[in-house]
Formats: sequence, structure tokens, C-alpha cells
Amino acid sequence: MIVLKTMTGLKLGSLRRMATAVVVAAGIVFTSGLSANAAEEAREYESHDWSFYGLFGTYDRASLQRGYRVYKDVCASCHSLRLISFRNLVEIGFTEDEAKGIASEFTVEDGPDAEGDMFERTARLSDRIPSPYRNDNEARSINNGALPPDLSLIVKARHGGPNYIFALLNGYSEEAPEDFHLTDGMTYNPYFAGAEIAMPEPLFEDAVEYGDGTTASVEQMAEDVTHFLAWASEPTLDRRHQLGFQVMIFLILLTGLFWIVKRRTWKDMH
Amino acid sequence: MAGAPNREYKNSLVRWIEYRLPIFSLLDHTIGRDYPTPKNLNYWWSLGAVLTIALIIQIITGIFLAMYYVPTAEGAFDSVERIMRDVNSGWMIRYIHSNGAALFFAAVYIHILRGMYYGSYKRPRELLWFIGIIIFILMMATAFMGYVLPWGQMSFWAATVITNLFSAIPWVGDSITIWLWGGFSVGSATLQRFYSLHYVLPFVIFGATIVHIWAIHVHGPNNPKGISVKGPQDTIPYHPYFTTKYMVVFGIFFIALAFLVFYEPNYLNHSDQFKRANPLVTPANIVPEWYFLPFYAILRSIPDKLMGVVAFGGSLMILFILPWVDTSRVRSGAFRPVFKQFFWIFVADVILLGYIGSQPPAGALLIIGRLATVYYFAHFIIILPLVGWMERPKPLPESIAEPVLKGEGGQ
Repeated sequence: MIVLKTMTGLKLGSLRRMATAVVVAAGIVFTSGLSANAAEEAREYESHDWSFYGLFGTYDRASLQRGYRVYKDVCASCHSLRLISFRNLVEIGFTEDEAKGIASEFTVEDGPDAEGDMFERTARLSDRIPSPYRNDNEARSINNGALPPDLSLIVKARHGGPNYIFALLNGYSEEAPEDFHLTDGMTYNPYFAGAEIAMPEPLFEDAVEYGDGTTASVEQMAEDVTHFLAWASEPTLDRRHQLGFQVMIFLILLTGLFWIVKRRTWKDMH
Repeated sequence: MAGAPNREYKNSLVRWIEYRLPIFSLLDHTIGRDYPTPKNLNYWWSLGAVLTIALIIQIITGIFLAMYYVPTAEGAFDSVERIMRDVNSGWMIRYIHSNGAALFFAAVYIHILRGMYYGSYKRPRELLWFIGIIIFILMMATAFMGYVLPWGQMSFWAATVITNLFSAIPWVGDSITIWLWGGFSVGSATLQRFYSLHYVLPFVIFGATIVHIWAIHVHGPNNPKGISVKGPQDTIPYHPYFTTKYMVVFGIFFIALAFLVFYEPNYLNHSDQFKRANPLVTPANIVPEWYFLPFYAILRSIPDKLMGVVAFGGSLMILFILPWVDTSRVRSGAFRPVFKQFFWIFVADVILLGYIGSQPPAGALLIIGRLATVYYFAHFIIILPLVGWMERPKPLPESIAEPVLKGEGGQ
């Protein structure tokens, strides 16, 4: 008995020591993780209040359409958007005729025809938005060795999502610090890992002319194009949020019913 | 269960079928009125039923995804995006499948920990426990191969890292790795065999689940008091009591799943998964899905590759010796004050390993990871046998039905 009691006492003591060790270990883990991040990672960015955030969030059609304008007039000269077809533009509020009009500004290669030749024709709604390059090699040779990434999934493919893209597009205004060694052909951007990026400053005041009269400031264009690219990454978000609300209400009611049935069944069992 | 009455069914069609193929009595004996169940089972016992539902959800959604998925290195990534964008409700089916896998693992971890806390692996349920471990390992293999299928950056590099483990086997390791790949690196051949196995393994799991359920019906489930059923006063029929009780948990499971699917479908995903697999670019930090992180941390904590693989395999295999390293005759942790504390420290250790698995292995983290790995094994090899011998358990209740216990009165 006495031995057993002493054992329990020992156990409790060692338990407490062990618990302390775990807490200390967790502390070290946390702080070391933080300092490592601070040293390597790019500058922190703020969370933007996107209309598609939250349980009832939806894309802002006007912003999406402005964003498409920015993509087409600015980004599209270097970046493809290969997962988006012209027909998808109807989903962001263009009418079918408007989307057809947008498509008709592009030519795509089709074929082979009856004689076996490839030919060029005007783009249709069913066509994907054509890439500015024939292939990655051409893209690299034109862009000083750098490959401009496809933008179809860019918002989901970057840690930080739309907030990161928005901060990056707005991050060109600062001069590089004097002790910063900028590689030839690169541009300083504190939000990019390593703080230098191959993409030169893309957005300038009034670079695009908005149809709805919105002033095309750099921040406005960055916000609109990020909004548009968020949609390109996740075009089903509106439907998802809408359906999700209905499903949640249904499931909560159903679970409540299950709970009542359980209570009734077990009423006499205690 | 043997000895249960042969029920006379009222409906004549049911009687007609039952006479020729006794499926109704099979159901009644399995999850129905003729399955006597310890009356004190708490909500933690619902996870087995939840897991069965989760498996069925994975199989059904998976069958639909397979109709559109293209298992080639060139086509896989785009076919997944086609499911997400152009296939009717494809996004929903795929998000249910990917998030369902995460909740499947959450549920299986709770299920395993419940078994460990209440001593469900002890005599006479050792084989039941074994089958469970086999199912768990099959689940891990299936989930890993499923993660490779979208052919994103993390898919490719996870496949590369994990298949490379086999190259640690002395002498034949490299040949085995090439044999697994179907080539000299992870590529289309690898993807196609993973797809084939990912499709078939869930049905193997389903079969193993039937054996698991068969095994649990031999002696009936363990219970929170950990003492055996002494007579009919200790049991109630599974239906309607536990069917209604577990329905509540099904509801909560579906709410959790729906929340992830509709509001945070990519919360558990990695941003590198939205980049197409590129053998020329290695991600900065290759991390597996969250449910593999503790085992990944164990793997990386050993500086030697072969020993790391051995530790990784050992961390799973050690579950098989649990019925014998736990020397206590008392099943339930509720009556084992010292074991209970060490149980929670073990849980904390696994969570700590999980955190370490998610971080780059360097500096203090590496050392803490090694200590946590040592503790993981020590829990089974040193702590459990010693606690079993030295601990003085609380007095056990006479029976399940006995309402108030002298030993527990003090709490």
C-alpha cells in the first residue's frame, strides 16, 4: 500500500514536471517558428474586405466586369487565362451579345479543314481565351527568362489568396532600400518572396478606361482585377454560398429533430 | 447474436423474403431490435457508425468523380478543373470527397483514441482491434493515393517523397522504387496505378469493415465502465435506442461536412495544389495532409533514412502490441487515475508531433520532434506496462446496471 501511494505521489510530481516541459517546448516551438518566418517571408499584408468573404458573400458583378477590362488591357499581354472560356463571361454579367463581341476581337487557330490545313478564325463563345504565347519557351524568351504564370487559379495558388495578390499589385510604389541589391531586370516589391519580382510595375493611373465612369486609380484597378481573378479561380462561389445556406438550415433542423426523437426514445431509460 | 429470439414478422412480403433469405433478421441482429447493447454507451461509441457513413459517402462521390477524371500526367489537373467548373454540381461532389476524407480521418482518430481510453483492445477484443488497425492503414494508403490524383505540385512531391521511402530498403530498395513508379520517376504510369488502387482499396476497406462489425458482434461492444455484460438488465436493444442516439451525431457530422464544403472548402488544402505538377520545381516545404502530420514528423525526426522509415512503420505497427503492453486488468480509463493522465499526455504528444510535421525540420523544432518521437514509443513500451503494474485502480462497479457506485462517489 505504502509503496503504491509513494508511486502515485511520484507519478503526480513527474506528471507536473512533464506538463511544464510540454508547455515550455510549445513556447520554444512557437517563438522559433515566428522568428524563422520573420527572417524569410515577405512583408505582411492586410486583409481586405472582399464582398465574396463571409457566409453570404457574393462576387460584385460591376467589379468583376471592370476587373476583366483590366485583365484584358493590362495583364493579358503577358499572362494567359487558359481555364476561362468566352462563354464564362456571361456569368460575370456580360450579356451573350457582349460576350460574343469580346470573343470576336480574338482569332484562334482551328482545323484541320477538309484539305488538312490549319486555319485562323474569329473566336466563338465556346473558345478558351487564347494565350499570348504559343508555348512556355516563347514566353520565357520574350520575358527575360521569366515565365508569367497562368492566372486562372492564381488566387487559390498563392498563400494569402486575394489579399496577397492585391497587396502585390499595390506594392510597386516604394523605392528599394539603399542597401537592397536589386538584380538586373528585376523590380522591387516588398510583398513578393525575396522582395524582387520579374514582373515590372503593371498598373498606372488611368491605364484602362472604365465603361461605368469609375476612376481608374491603381488601387481601384488592383482591387477589380483581383476580384476578377478570384472569380476565375472559384467561379462557383456564389452558387456555393447560396446552396450552403439552405443546406445548413435543413441540416440544423434535421439534427434538432433527431435530438427530439432521441430524447423521447430515451425518456424512460435512466 | 446467438440466443436471440426468432422474430415473427407481420408483413407477409417480409415473411416471404425472410423465409428464403433471412436478411431482415440479419439486420435486426446487426443494428436492430435483436442486438443487445450495453445500456451505458456514450456518444463516443457513435464514431464507428459515423465512419461507416463516411466510407459510403467517399465511395459514392468517388464513383461520380471517376466518371470525369482523366488519370494521365497531361490530363489529370485539367480534368479536375473541368469537374470544378463545367460538370453539373461537380464542385460540390469533389468538395464533399476531399473534405469528407478529412472528416473521415478526424472521426477515425477519435474512434481509435476512444478505444485506447476505454481499453477496447483488451481481451476478448484483440482481433477486433487488429482489424481496426488494418483498416486504418488501408485508409492511409487510400488517402495518400487519392491526394496524388489531382496532380498538383503537392500531389507530385508527396508521391515522390513517399515512394522514395522504399529506396531505403537495403540492396533491393532502388529496384522496388522503380517497380512502384512504373518508370524512372513519378509519372503517368505511377498516376495510373495509384488511380487503380485508389478505386479498389475502398472496397477492400468495406470488406474489412464487415469483418470488423462481425467481430464486434461476437462479444458485443466494450462500454465506458469497461466491465462485461452480466445479464439482460445490462443491455438494451440497439434499435431504437442507439439508432436514435447516433442519428444525432450523424446530423452533427453532416453539419460539419456541409460547413467545410460550402464555406471553407479549401481551408485544409494547400495553395501549391492549385499549381500543376512540375518535376523541375520543388516546393519550399513539402507537407502532407494534416492527418499524416504526426507520422510525417516521426519519419523526419530520425536522421537516417532507413531508420526513419522503420520508425514511421513502427509507429503504426506498435498499435498491434497494445493489448499486451497494457498490463492492467482494468479496461476502462475511467477507473485508472494514473493511466488517464498519461493518456492525455499521449494525445498532447501526438498533437505536438502534428505541429512539428507541418513545419520545416530545423533547429529547436527538430530536437523537440525527436523528443516527442521518443515519448510516442515510450508511451507504449515503458509507460503503459509500468502504469499497469503500479497503478491502483479505483474499485470497479458490480455491473453496468448498478446506478451509483461507492468508488465513484467521491468525485
